[in-house]
Amino acid sequence: MSDVVEKTLTALPSLLSLDSQPGSAKLSSTAKLGNLIRGITELTSKHEEEKLIQHELASIKEQVSSPNTTMRQMRELMVRAVYCEMLGYEASFSYIHAIKLAQQGNVLEKRVGYLAVSLFLNESHELLLLLVNTVLKDLQSTNLIEVCMALTVVCQIFPKDMIPVILPIVEEKLNHPKEIIRRKAVLALHKFYLIAPNQVQHIHNKFRKALCDKDPGVMTASLHIYLQLIQENAEAYKDLTASFVTILKQVVGGKLPMDFNYHSVPAPWLQIQLLRILSLLGKNDQRTSEVMYEVLDESLRRAEMNHNITYAILYECVKCVYTIHPKSELLEKAAKCIGNFVLSPKINLKYLGLKALTYVVQQDPKLALQHQMTIIECLDHSDVIIKRETLELLFRITNAQNVTVIVEKMLDFLRLSKDDHMTIDIVGKVAELAEKYAPDNEWFIQTMNAVFSLGGDMMQPEIPNGFLKLLSEGFDSEEEDRKLRLFAVSSYISLLQGEPSKLPQRFLQVICWVLGEYSFLKEDLEPSVVLGLLTKLLDMKSSSSETKSWVLVAMTKLCWSEAAVSEAQQVAETYSSSFDTTLRQRAQELQHLSRDSQLHSRVLPPGGRLEPDEVDSSLSFLDGFVSEALSAGAAPYKPLHQRQEELSRSKVLSLEPYGLSLPISTSSCSITDRQSPTLLSTSSGLSGDGTDFSHRGSSTTLRLDGVKRVWGREGYLAQKKPVEEVAQVEVPSPLRSPSQQGDANSCRSKTPTPTANPECDQEKQQLASSLFGGLSSQSSVCLMEKSEPDIQRFRRKAKGQRSSSTTNEQRANPTVSSASAVDNLLCNNLLEADTEPINSSAKQTFQHPHSLSVANGACDAEAILTDGDPKERNQPLSSEDFVEADDSPPREDQERSKDSCLTPHLPAELSGFSHSEIIPLCSSQSLDLSACHVQTDNSVVLVVFITNTSEDANLQIQVLSEELEVFCVCESPVEEVRGRSVSVRQYSLTVKMPLVHFELVGMLSYSIPAGMPQAMMQFSYKLPLTSFIRPLTVSTEEYGSMWLAFSHDTKQNLTLIKEEREPLTATLNALNKKLSLHVVEIIGVEGLVACSLLQDQPCLMHCRVHAGRLAVWLRSPVPDLPDCLLYHCQRALQEP
Amino acid sequence: MDGWMGGWFMLLFSRQGKLRLQKWYVPLSDKEKKKITRELVQTVLARKPKMCSFLEWRDLKIVYKRYASLYFCCAIEDQDNELITLEIIHRYVELLDKYFGSVCELDIIFNFEKAYFILDEFLLGGEAQETSKKNVLKAIEQADLLQEVRWQTDSFFHLLAHY
Repeated sequence: MSDVVEKTLTALPSLLSLDSQPGSAKLSSTAKLGNLIRGITELTSKHEEEKLIQHELASIKEQVSSPNTTMRQMRELMVRAVYCEMLGYEASFSYIHAIKLAQQGNVLEKRVGYLAVSLFLNESHELLLLLVNTVLKDLQSTNLIEVCMALTVVCQIFPKDMIPVILPIVEEKLNHPKEIIRRKAVLALHKFYLIAPNQVQHIHNKFRKALCDKDPGVMTASLHIYLQLIQENAEAYKDLTASFVTILKQVVGGKLPMDFNYHSVPAPWLQIQLLRILSLLGKNDQRTSEVMYEVLDESLRRAEMNHNITYAILYECVKCVYTIHPKSELLEKAAKCIGNFVLSPKINLKYLGLKALTYVVQQDPKLALQHQMTIIECLDHSDVIIKRETLELLFRITNAQNVTVIVEKMLDFLRLSKDDHMTIDIVGKVAELAEKYAPDNEWFIQTMNAVFSLGGDMMQPEIPNGFLKLLSEGFDSEEEDRKLRLFAVSSYISLLQGEPSKLPQRFLQVICWVLGEYSFLKEDLEPSVVLGLLTKLLDMKSSSSETKSWVLVAMTKLCWSEAAVSEAQQVAETYSSSFDTTLRQRAQELQHLSRDSQLHSRVLPPGGRLEPDEVDSSLSFLDGFVSEALSAGAAPYKPLHQRQEELSRSKVLSLEPYGLSLPISTSSCSITDRQSPTLLSTSSGLSGDGTDFSHRGSSTTLRLDGVKRVWGREGYLAQKKPVEEVAQVEVPSPLRSPSQQGDANSCRSKTPTPTANPECDQEKQQLASSLFGGLSSQSSVCLMEKSEPDIQRFRRKAKGQRSSSTTNEQRANPTVSSASAVDNLLCNNLLEADTEPINSSAKQTFQHPHSLSVANGACDAEAILTDGDPKERNQPLSSEDFVEADDSPPREDQERSKDSCLTPHLPAELSGFSHSEIIPLCSSQSLDLSACHVQTDNSVVLVVFITNTSEDANLQIQVLSEELEVFCVCESPVEEVRGRSVSVRQYSLTVKMPLVHFELVGMLSYSIPAGMPQAMMQFSYKLPLTSFIRPLTVSTEEYGSMWLAFSHDTKQNLTLIKEEREPLTATLNALNKKLSLHVVEIIGVEGLVACSLLQDQPCLMHCRVHAGRLAVWLRSPVPDLPDCLLYHCQRALQEP
Repeated sequence: MDGWMGGWFMLLFSRQGKLRLQKWYVPLSDKEKKKITRELVQTVLARKPKMCSFLEWRDLKIVYKRYASLYFCCAIEDQDNELITLEIIHRYVELLDKYFGSVCELDIIFNFEKAYFILDEFLLGGEAQETSKKNVLKAIEQADLLQEVRWQTDSFFHLLAHY
């Protein structure tokens, strides 16, 4: 086509040359633009283009600032300026004129003015403020076209601080008789909602009105808002489910005007929007899901496979079916649909099929099994995008049995990949898989070698760091650790003997560190040989100075033999005069330590591993200094997030026009700031490293033997009964005749796609069996979470206060922490480092999360209530329970007996729930008051027991609290209590505002016997916040969207439970047990935890293991809740 | 931002890599825009014709389609529906075609502001605002009617281009 352009243009020079004289007054405006475009097309070099455009811009600039330029000319100038900007040349001088044109021009000129403004400026441009009045005026215009233009520009860019100025008028437009105006007004409100949600809080009713608009266009526009609202809080819109279902039914049934058809499919955009909304509403909600089953079925049925657009709808439908509460009939149909996608010859559909499979394998891994042949074909697809998506799918179904094959495929991909972004992503995934499922040491080291060589210097730094950490901390057995390290050493020696100049810097650094630490393990290896190899690295031109300093540090560790010393000193001499200060420093260290062997053996004992340094990450040794500084008037420390918040606040304020106090709203997205804690780095804190180059040649073949070995060695094959096929392919029985084997093969191939070439087929079958090994039905459920704990090979030891091993070079003296813990409530207790590891998981029987355990002396009644291990009951679950309770032993016994006597008096409706220890409140000669609290699913009930040991009595109890809402369950405040009996009162409690502990104050007035003068008693009762905390079951996605919506937060480092294998899991389990927090997901070193204050006040916690501590970040919509909860978390983790 | 129903940007560029139209629905600096455009044009032009119309690019999903000498290219988020985005592009081309009458690259080069008007009427703030073809064109034509003369030289080029 552009040939045509050129021909056209070259054919016309004579015509156009008339116009080419600049400044020609006769020149028609369009001709000038045409002239410019033509001129540019003719040019051959970038330089010429630049010259031409600069000339053009200069002429535009001159004309726009001339007072004689008419608006009409201005319109034409703006078009040319837009064109220049599109070519990449700045024309910022024209911005102000674009605004002027929108302000002063007639309708046509205005239109161009607004367009230019929307193309030139972005939301935060300060000139935009000058547009506000123009927009305001046009919104009020009687000319519909002007109103439309104003609304269009408002939907695209509008300064968010100025929204209140035009909001009432835009709202008014929702009632406009013209549907186009109503529609644009709805979209403008949507835009406002996105950039400043709090501005449009009050008009939610109007959204409903728009949803019911008689014009389908307006209704469709309102769905954008609803999608957004429902994403943020699905609960609030469940009541609309039926309406959405009805709308979808009507659309699918063809009830909309024909105008809305697209290739004879009724309003596909509308359908997709509705399906998205429905899947959000039906997620984890059976009742709501049931409402939509019928229409989903209808949609699946109606969409005939004939056009892309129906596939688009089907795809959304399938996603919806797999997102909402499952219904087997629908799942079956959806699975068939996915099959159609995957098997389609159209490449776009195949891609979507793979994407859909990736989405659903978490729920139905068998589906991947069904399409294994297609998946294998896609692995070798010529389009890299298809391959990439296939690997993503395989990544999701990786387990210990197929890891070698899948990792090999990923590495193959990496070797060919040219896209940095993809490389970084896949390298991270390989490292993750390698650490999780490595079958043996050699494989692990070789894989990580490949990761380091292929990932080069752009991979995430967590990978090498994690790998070194893993290597240095070791695993369960000393012997295994030794073997792994030894293998790493041998592998690296042979790499250095090859061509080290081809290795990336990061890899060289890893090699240096490992050789420095562990080369002594290889007994036949002289340190001087290693030093020789390292010296070669120093001489390499390609080595960066960072790498060189790693080399010098490694040398420092190695120079304990005589031969090594002389070599080291030579090197030290060379580098002690280096221009690089770090290198010079390292060289000095090397020099000193190599001269003084005594010092060397003290600082770096040969062959010995220093015990890891204790690092006091809370820097408590500075406490004294800090308090001194504070008392001298220094400003207290503010955490980073708080500082940023304040900073942004002050920024917003300084931009404030007219000094209005407008609420701050979070700015809308930019590519970089779209992070939420659910977007956890997939590979953070992983280790691993890879392929020996000498093995490269054979690496393309399948490593089926590796797969076999796993089974034998770990022995889980027998328990798990993996797919029979796999076993058969791998180990053909020697007793069988070839024909029998053939039979076996054909039995095996139940896969739907027949393949032509039998030999090739055989190969693929083998690949299939190794890829899809372990995907049998019984293991299906937990495939996604990869939660097969006994399979994971490399488990980190929990080494509480340990710093990352990559910083081992800087061996500081163990920090002596002063025990000066300023007794701040939230201050980390320094002693916690000494607490014994808690042996959590296995031994303990599962406890009902709500069960509060009761103090010692279990009587039968209690035994019914708490079904835990008897030992468990000794510790009250919530640490701070009943601080008030007196500790003196004799009394305790008395209380216990009281407890056991009173338990049977608990109201029947509460007996199903666990209750706290019953403690005495107050007593007189004849009356005894005791109380406990019971945690039901949605409330906390205070139960007061009144034991009357004498005659009948009248009494009245009042219970009050400032922070709690107290509601008495009984009818009348005055009650008669018969003699020698126990009477019970119930008070339901809800939280007004969160506090660490709540205190209830009570007043009892009584007369015994009834009718006698009244006496009074006072009592108090204390209960912790944790009584009100309930687990909150949400999915990771929901967690993510909630997280972003919550505004109150707090951050702190907590103690990590010292547990050998999985400190994070153990810690979160402890929190789950003690505080009823729900663990949403654990990904690598990060964990997501959710809970809520009774039913409706959520609080989310994001945990991350960092430097042996648990960095937690809590967020909630409720003020103070994060801080109070944090306190309890801290307490829960401190007690043994 | 979500959905397309919520794209990030739309770019039109020629086979030679010349930008013909750009519409950004997220605020980015000019420098970022230029960088993205440059990288993306290169990547897309390097793709072979039979390949998949979707691309992963940084954290975004790129959906592109070639019509004659022009590439239409949209950026969406990963969880969005690629196929419907492809149809968004197609509907836009249909609108252009109907408006210009057998549209070609030249129409868009010389009347790019019209192409913008149509796009704004169809997608507003990244959302599909009006999916009825008739309504979009009605809105555009109503605004056009006020225009006294329709570009004369345009039609001149236009005829020749289709020759």
